[in-house]
Amino acid sequence: MSASRQPTTITPYPDGPLLVRGEVELRTPDGELIRLHRRTVALCRCGISAIKPFCDGTHKAAGFRTDEEGHDDGH
Amino acid sequence: MTTSVLVADTSLAFAARGPLSDAVLSRLTGRDGADATALAADAVAAASDIVRDDDIQLALFLLYSSAYGSLPELDAEREWDPALLTTRRVLEDAFERAVRENVPMPELPEPTVDAVGRALFDLAAADTGPSLSRYFAKKATREQAEEMLVQRSVYTLREADPHSWAIPRLAGRPKAALVEIQADEYGGGRPDRVHAVLFANAMRAAGLDATYGAYIDDVPALTLASFNMMSMFGLNRRLLGAIVGHLAAFEMTSSIPCKLYADGLRRLDFDHDVVEYFDEHIEADAVHEQIAARDLAGGLAEDRPELLADIMFGAAACLTVDGWSGAHMLDAWAAGESSLRGGATP
Repeated sequence: MSASRQPTTITPYPDGPLLVRGEVELRTPDGELIRLHRRTVALCRCGISAIKPFCDGTHKAAGFRTDEEGHDDGH
Repeated sequence: MTTSVLVADTSLAFAARGPLSDAVLSRLTGRDGADATALAADAVAAASDIVRDDDIQLALFLLYSSAYGSLPELDAEREWDPALLTTRRVLEDAFERAVRENVPMPELPEPTVDAVGRALFDLAAADTGPSLSRYFAKKATREQAEEMLVQRSVYTLREADPHSWAIPRLAGRPKAALVEIQADEYGGGRPDRVHAVLFANAMRAAGLDATYGAYIDDVPALTLASFNMMSMFGLNRRLLGAIVGHLAAFEMTSSIPCKLYADGLRRLDFDHDVVEYFDEHIEADAVHEQIAARDLAGGLAEDRPELLADIMFGAAACLTVDGWSGAHMLDAWAAGESSLRGGATP
């Protein structure tokens, strides 16, 4: 499939998670594969998600703020 | 008016709620009854609160059901019936006016991805009404949990469909963003993971009927109005900004509440399939809210700044109307009553 030859992207969303698009393997510290449930996944960046490594939206209630490197205005 | 004088007699599992919904139902099932447009104008003129008017909201629900194809009893030949389209427009104009009058309009951000994304998250965070999901996690009874599933079923058995009407009306980044969200809603190619299917499984595992329309008689006008508002925003190209803003706010108020619903359902010892639907939405909607706020809503505002006001209006309308529904359920339960019509138990 030609789509799989596209590079996988990781996009930081301001004050939120990292969105991963494309083929990727996530593993536990023991090297076990973590099952992905969807094509685009959000990885926790605030450290308080209850479903790590995935985001569960809790960063919003915690007032998590990021200081993005580079532009985050979509350009 | 009692149902005994109404003429519509179909195999549908629910009844008309007055002369207008009766006339619409007759015409949608291929028969000719009273002049629905005249009845619509009368109903709009007489209604003290269109959002909570049973006859008007059921009539709109039926007209939209014809477009979705969600009720097979409705005649496909009547979908584009000019008389019914006129009826629908009379009701939509009044309904939209009522929603715009009652929804506090947020301050408009700059039409950039970053400013719109942040403004939408701020708007959702500022929505601090009484929380149905917090009550649900700690206090809801099994009967109230079943009521919650019944109330949600009007939309959730059709989950994602109202927002899909927007796909062909978008282009570029916002179009790709909406399709990215909707593909996940529709199971990413796996029929058993379609979110509406997960919800039907949840209903059946809770001992409820997952047939679409099975509980329409039991839900109040407000529950129909919440779904009708999405359908109106989605089906009218002039309201493209509103349906996009609605989706952003809807996704933003889902992952944390779904965690609380899942907690409550586990506490009440519901079957795995019931909890599964809500568990799925914790992770899914934490992805969707980011895409919806920035790539979809922010991207659309940047491409088409003239839609900015309606993007913010759609988001505020979602929060306001869902707030009314949540308050209705909490009020009924606080009074020791059912939130369903006629105090029904599912």
